[in-house]
Amino acid sequence: MVIGKSLPRVDAYDKATGRTKYTEDLCTPNTYVARIVHATIGHGYVKSIDTSEAEKVPGVVKVLTCFDTPPYKYPTAGHPWSTDPAHQDVADRSLLTSHVRLFGDDIALVIAEDDVSATQAARLVRAEYEELPVVLDAREAMKEGAPVIHEKYPNNVLSHTSSRKGNYEEAIKEPGLIKVEGWYDTPSVQHCHIENFICTSYMENGRIVVLSSTQIPHIVRRVVGQALGIPWGKVRIIKPYIGGGFGDKQDALYEPLCAWATTQVGGHPVKLDLSREETFTNCRVRHAILFHIISYVRPDGSMVARKLEMWSNQGAYASHGHSIAAKAMGAFPQLYPCDNVECDSYTVFTNRSVAGAMRGYGMPQASFAYECHAEDIVMKLGLDPIQFRRDHLMPVGYVDGFSKNELYSDTFNQSMDVGIKAFDYYKKRDLYRNQTGDIRRGIGMSVFWYNTAVFPISLETSSCRMVLNQDGSVQVQVGETEIGQGADTAYAQMTADTLGIPFENVHVVSNQDTDVTPYGTGAYASRQTYTAGMSIRMCAEAFKERILKVAFDYTRMQPYICDIVDGNIIRVTDGRVLMTLGDLATEALYNPKDSHHLTMEKTATIRSNAYSFGCCFAEVEVDIPLCHVKLLRVMNVHDCGRLINPALAEGQVEGGMSMGIGYALSEKMIYDQKTARLLNNNLLDYKLSTTMDHPKLEVHFLENEEPTSAFGTKALGEPPVCPVAPAIRNAILNATGISLHELPMDPHLLFREFKAAGLI
Amino acid sequence: MEDRQYKMVHCYVNGKERAAMVDVRSSLTDMLRNEFGLTSVKKGCEVGECGACAVIIDGDCYDSCIYLAVWAEGKHITTLEGLEGPNGELSDIQQAFVDETAIQCGFCSPGFMLEAHHVLKPGVIYTDDELRKKLSGHLCRCTGYENIMRAVKKTMYQRAGMEMPVEEDRIPLSVPIEDGKVVL
Repeated sequence: MVIGKSLPRVDAYDKATGRTKYTEDLCTPNTYVARIVHATIGHGYVKSIDTSEAEKVPGVVKVLTCFDTPPYKYPTAGHPWSTDPAHQDVADRSLLTSHVRLFGDDIALVIAEDDVSATQAARLVRAEYEELPVVLDAREAMKEGAPVIHEKYPNNVLSHTSSRKGNYEEAIKEPGLIKVEGWYDTPSVQHCHIENFICTSYMENGRIVVLSSTQIPHIVRRVVGQALGIPWGKVRIIKPYIGGGFGDKQDALYEPLCAWATTQVGGHPVKLDLSREETFTNCRVRHAILFHIISYVRPDGSMVARKLEMWSNQGAYASHGHSIAAKAMGAFPQLYPCDNVECDSYTVFTNRSVAGAMRGYGMPQASFAYECHAEDIVMKLGLDPIQFRRDHLMPVGYVDGFSKNELYSDTFNQSMDVGIKAFDYYKKRDLYRNQTGDIRRGIGMSVFWYNTAVFPISLETSSCRMVLNQDGSVQVQVGETEIGQGADTAYAQMTADTLGIPFENVHVVSNQDTDVTPYGTGAYASRQTYTAGMSIRMCAEAFKERILKVAFDYTRMQPYICDIVDGNIIRVTDGRVLMTLGDLATEALYNPKDSHHLTMEKTATIRSNAYSFGCCFAEVEVDIPLCHVKLLRVMNVHDCGRLINPALAEGQVEGGMSMGIGYALSEKMIYDQKTARLLNNNLLDYKLSTTMDHPKLEVHFLENEEPTSAFGTKALGEPPVCPVAPAIRNAILNATGISLHELPMDPHLLFREFKAAGLI
Repeated sequence: MEDRQYKMVHCYVNGKERAAMVDVRSSLTDMLRNEFGLTSVKKGCEVGECGACAVIIDGDCYDSCIYLAVWAEGKHITTLEGLEGPNGELSDIQQAFVDETAIQCGFCSPGFMLEAHHVLKPGVIYTDDELRKKLSGHLCRCTGYENIMRAVKKTMYQRAGMEMPVEEDRIPLSVPIEDGKVVL
């Protein structure tokens, strides 16, 4: 058995030698280069475009403008299509636009023979604008008289949802309640995959082929069809290896534009390779969400009534829209159950970069707000932070009425027990009491909660195909993409064990091609091992049954006394090896009277979901005069069920923690208030963590097997980001007594807050 | 085309004498990728921020995206492809990256491996802080650098002929659970 073993990645050798092919490596030398002309206003209308100077640049093939595009509007969110119009994503995008909604919106496209010509020509495209005022803040955008970004949404509110439970107004009348109120604000941040978004397109036999750095090839195919107004079967999407995605590439980014571009140059190959600056401005970002929470609690911390309001900054276009705020809001009444809860969430258009999916999908924001607020309650009541959580968190046996998700095991307590022991938590809390002086230390923690996959909100489906080769090895294909996380390796481990063949005899076809790959919606929602696990198990079990039936012709042994073990057909009754799988495959294929090409394909409809849980502990040293936080220790404890590959799982957690540390301490997109221009659209001014910004990242797992899962697994990819920022914030609170309410907790924020509190 | 200037560049790439006619405005990244098909040289920012395009030029590590192709005249250039043995054997640092799960999406990996190969002089042992500083010009969004640092350290000790000191975790990666309680 190989499940549970830390085997090297199936793609490790090629990646270690640099020969792995990413999208750019597959472009042919004759490929035209397309460059987007970006608007130089934050909001307004393009009145006219002059392309004459641009067209004079040698090497320019064509200049296309927002006045040339097909009339179709399309959605971009990487959600499965819904045949119910009420559940379809908002279709508000055009390939190029004359209504500029963000600084840098796409107004024209230059196609040239080479990059230099395309870039030079793009600079020479002249646009005349009618400029409108900009708005960057969600609550400002909702005010009367604010600039209207989409005509269909006069107050800029894309969506507003509410949930009500019990009676908040009545409940707060209970005598003796303590009111705790707080505002928690999170910034726009970017995914910063090291490979920028890139795609290339060409036409072949009257169809459009797009190679793209995407997480969701089958969804992108549908969106390209919608954007160009052509049948979806006319589009073929190929997904090569990709240099990171983190949710940014869970959106149709520029595949529709690139697909259209090739049709405008006679089907010649066209490449659209974004710069880092464009990736920051024109791809997706994490929603900046502002939370306002009021809790009425009894002196023991028990929650009597709670109110949540949140404003999610959507930026210029709908993309994933309200789904993110909805997910964040949905967690509020669950994490600390309470009988009387009022929640309202607003997703609001502004002139910022478009917000979409990003690792954690609303939960890093929610975890920050909810776990900071929990700590504020603890401080106000003088309680022990861990005991408060033990007493008031979602209890074992809790079932969510909507998803039917259940907390099956005592994960919260188990994970906190690990943290307490590893950090010597209570000793540290004593040690750090009543500190004075410039340098102070603190310890803090946060729990997290995360759903696996998207049922019942959206369709959950995964298909798997297996093909047996003449040597007994097997190709495996699923639509759930490898995006760096190691999914292919996990799939190979699952296949090897279920089918009964050696790990090295499993060949995962890594690259998805919508002409060939069975339908699967892609890599997102931490769904891959859970959902693809189901189709892999279904397919492998059915395949084994089929193989053993065919084997009867050659072994004369009934299938029910046979099995496949280590690549051999064996007789279970005495363990005898009857023939190798390779011999069977060869005999069955080349049999002139009864030939079998042994394959299997299965689709799993998934109608369950699973909670993933855990916590983070952090220890900091705060230099008060310098307004600087040094992270001394940080540890995540995860229950993602059974580990398929512990080393890869650990790598996932470390990467997520790193993103969480950046979210906590350094990352923030800064927009010019007057023009809406993004000021730090590069990796120098946007402070991504380097090797020097981390302590050792400590990781532990609790393998409580998920009962609903084909292999006992549940979400791991996204959860690691969620608890890090609140744990660090609560550690700073422990060190200084200052409760911070914003991210990132960089020197700018600390200076303001320390000064306000009289610490400096 | 009249305003374009081309120049022939002669250099040594991974030990072999090579020549290419390049647009004088081309970066070394472009030349290595487009003329010589060296796909290990990655483009992540093209302004010297991310380190994905790092190559070794005459013994020093550079971001090839901000090094003009024409400056390579007569230079000895090593890309990641140059670390590999004649039969595809992995070098020590490449093997360590594989063994220590230091690779995820793989896009920053070539630059990191080349920089580490360059930084690690045989027999020289750096502190963790020194090593982190030396590698800080390379950005990675997947790994949190943890496994990368371990792979580099492991290679450093190997090159010094020493065993890497093992830090024993007091609590195992997967914490045992008995009767619903963690066993610590």
